Amino acid sequence: MGLTPLEAQVGPPEQPEGTPGDPQAPRSARAIVWGRRRHALAYNWSLYRHNTQGMIGLVILSVFIALALLAPLIVDQAEITPADTTGVPLQAPSADYPYWLGTDNFGRPVLWLLIWGARISLTVGLVATVGTMVLGSIVGIAAGYFGGRIDTALNAFTNWFLVIPWLVLAIVLVAILGPSLGIIILVIALTSWAGTARLVRAQTLTVKERLYVERGKALGAGNWHLITRHILPNVFPVIFANTVLTVSLAILSETTLALLGLGDPNSVSWGTIIEEAFNSGALTAGYWWWLIPPGICIVLVTLSFTMCGYALDEILNPKLRER
Amino acid sequence: MTVLSLRDLRITYSTQGGPVPAVRGVNLEVGTGEVLGLAGESGCGKSTIAGAVLRLLPKSAKIEGEILLDGQDVLALKPGKLRALRWAGASIVFQGAMHSLNPVQRVGDQIAEAMIVHRQAQEKEARTRAGDLLQMVGLPARRIDDYPHELSGGQKQRVMIAMALACNPSLVIADEPTTALDVIVQAQVLRLMKSLQRDLGLSMVFITHDLSVLVEVSDRLAIMYAGKIIEEGPAEQVFHDPKHPYTEALSAAFPEIGDARFRHRPSGLGGDPPDPMNIPSGCPFHPRCPKAFDDCPTHEPALYEAGEGRRAACLLVEGVRAPATGGAG
Amino acid sequence: MGGAYIARKLLAALFTLFFVLAFNFFLFRVMPSDPVSINARSERLTRQDIQEQLENFGLLDPLPTQFVRFVGNTFQGDFGLSFVTGTPVTAEIGARVWPTVLLVGLSTLLATVFGVLIGIKGAWKRGSAFDTTSLFGSLVFYSMPEGWLGMILILIFVGWLGWFPAGGYTSGLESGFGNIVDVAKHLFLPCLTLTLGYIGEYAIVMRSSVLEVKNEEFVATARAKGVRDKDVRRHHAVPNALLPTLTLVFYSFGFVLGGAIIVEYVFSWPGLGALTYNAINDLDYPVLQAIFLLSSALVILFNLFADILYGYLDPRVREG
Repeated sequence: MGLTPLEAQVGPPEQPEGTPGDPQAPRSARAIVWGRRRHALAYNWSLYRHNTQGMIGLVILSVFIALALLAPLIVDQAEITPADTTGVPLQAPSADYPYWLGTDNFGRPVLWLLIWGARISLTVGLVATVGTMVLGSIVGIAAGYFGGRIDTALNAFTNWFLVIPWLVLAIVLVAILGPSLGIIILVIALTSWAGTARLVRAQTLTVKERLYVERGKALGAGNWHLITRHILPNVFPVIFANTVLTVSLAILSETTLALLGLGDPNSVSWGTIIEEAFNSGALTAGYWWWLIPPGICIVLVTLSFTMCGYALDEILNPKLRER
Repeated sequence: MTVLSLRDLRITYSTQGGPVPAVRGVNLEVGTGEVLGLAGESGCGKSTIAGAVLRLLPKSAKIEGEILLDGQDVLALKPGKLRALRWAGASIVFQGAMHSLNPVQRVGDQIAEAMIVHRQAQEKEARTRAGDLLQMVGLPARRIDDYPHELSGGQKQRVMIAMALACNPSLVIADEPTTALDVIVQAQVLRLMKSLQRDLGLSMVFITHDLSVLVEVSDRLAIMYAGKIIEEGPAEQVFHDPKHPYTEALSAAFPEIGDARFRHRPSGLGGDPPDPMNIPSGCPFHPRCPKAFDDCPTHEPALYEAGEGRRAACLLVEGVRAPATGGAG
Repeated sequence: MGGAYIARKLLAALFTLFFVLAFNFFLFRVMPSDPVSINARSERLTRQDIQEQLENFGLLDPLPTQFVRFVGNTFQGDFGLSFVTGTPVTAEIGARVWPTVLLVGLSTLLATVFGVLIGIKGAWKRGSAFDTTSLFGSLVFYSMPEGWLGMILILIFVGWLGWFPAGGYTSGLESGFGNIVDVAKHLFLPCLTLTLGYIGEYAIVMRSSVLEVKNEEFVATARAKGVRDKDVRRHHAVPNALLPTLTLVFYSFGFVLGGAIIVEYVFSWPGLGALTYNAINDLDYPVLQAIFLLSSALVILFNLFADILYGYLDPRVREG
């Protein structure tokens, strides 16, 4: 019938004919377009709501984001400063809050370290991803849209970055530029943008083939107009789904850099917690409460972003839908 | 001798939006050496019937009624016997030979596979016979070593025909075999199918939405609408003297060059085929029917006698309100 | 197979390799390498030592001269001497190659084979218990940082169960066959870590591929012909689904190398990853440069191999 099972359950998207409440008044073209976009957004959300995978991911993410935002209220910042903490070092978990997950080598409560670390881990992940998407989209759209020599040049440029093993490049850059938070974010973006660029370019090429772009050109529309009004809105869904998956990779990248000792020594992230545990002999001494929870947090958050990304992919990319 | 017999066939798909009745009580018979043309717009259920004969529909589809192929009750067959029946009892020439062939396997091997699976030949012999089959459909035997992408649309369709004949089936079901081809190639393929049917005495069910094609190929025609047969009879008669308004509109939509009927009158049928989840009351065609009257939305017509060997499900047919004996609507 | 096809791909590979060379060169020259900053990070060399080294390594000559010399040397296989040990870089690398090849090679093989098998089975029986479990498991392992996974495995299998040694390549106590067993024992956990890290991704990719192919019309044709279910899978679905998956597996090799670095670090596995890590800490530029080049070249090689393999397996691409 043309409707996927999910759409059949939710109901097919209807096109709004006029402004609610005033069906007679003529609407400007812009108003109609925005009305349609809002409607599409609401419709896609209702599709998303029915996707179990996506909802679980969203719920878990919301919990972590809430914790990260509320961290200053929950955590006593003095307690997580090595010099000022009052806890007993290397204690196993006990029933007293906040020592549910024990303490680290300074006596800081692991539970609070985790909550505080959420801020950096999530921030680095998200900001690095924004950088990746912006870089990747600009290069990808430019290459796909302009074609010809610009495409060949940009393609070659993208290919070099794809070929260089990201971690080697990342390690070199961090080691030389210094391990500050900003540099780490930059480095992750620099090593990840190429994958996005390739995807965006492919999608741009597909959209470019569509007739309305040709018609737009025939009407005398300029490049900027065509890119922003025609190409971008149609490439955006693919970019968006890919973005969510990229956040997962960014968080994992930050963790790996931290584990190698290249994290920002002045900030607490889940990766640096694990690194400190490792370097304090947690493995041989068996301080499992210090080592395991931060990893579980990483897995949960990464998993959630991935699940949301897959759900978005299913909704925005019809080919993947279940028949 | 009846090769295929469908009795009160009802097929319902299960979707997340609810059950979708695709076929709502169909009775059909195909005799030996006979070509039955099955026509209708998309979504009327004709392809579903094709899939049902060999039980190729999704597991969630509910099939009720009776399907007898060569006297065997298809719906009661165990998996092993079913697989044996597939292709040897009846075979299908699929539509869209675009993607109906495995792109990474040579076409000869794909034809041979059917014979090998049914133990009709060993590898070497199967290959030779595949070559013979290709020659029969007008392709050089050496093309058994070609990959699908090396063939044109028309050539791929010929391969599909050759493949369908590989196991000497009792019945060949052609499901829109010429729809994806352009007109000239279409004519060539049709001519081929006609001559093969004649020479080999094949029993066929030819499914398409293009009535003019069917008229050339079929002995009898059955027109489907909203999951039911609404007219049937000898092909020429049904096409040139339709009793049901839908058939009239359908045949007008596919004009034959030289037929005076089409010269002056505008053709085409407005509206869309009904949504199977929302079939109109009474006669399902009444919303689009130019000849509808007051009784149509309330009385669902059965298949009434409409002449020698002809039946039509329309209240306007002679002998209105007296259902034909043995007819099930 | 079309010679034109191979030639095109080879040319592109060489082109990319050249630019990697250039990038490599400029990266290490443009980065801060003045004596002051090096001195600040490495306490082993005095200012004079550093100045001497810079002269010896020709780092004070004008850039274009250095580049030409660099390219020439690279093609002769001369990567210079390590800043730290003074031995030729090629020797340093040579000593560490085998452990990494062993680890990465075995892990990639296992991850690919089992990932593909799991993906096929999951897709074929979509929605089954196996599918749901394996999909979830794949997602979980895909979401794990490899380094942390390695640590957890050590915690469990070394700290708690005591089945395996904590790290290193060999205890050096055995010889002959006993040595092989010894190495195997040391290899088991790092190999398991790296395998688990990538098996999830490959399984997911293969599963998607098979699901897409399963819905293709030629699969329906095969069933209609009476072909058994497992033969439909084996002869029709899998060959078509395998192509894009294998390509993706090869293209992801760059990530496997990255994973190798962190895993070697955690397990003190004396391979190239460990060498890289040490070279970073010591700012041993010649070694870093060579590794950079080597790993990029490897990735290019694998991508090229993937393209050729695809051309070999897919008849549509073969004809040049």
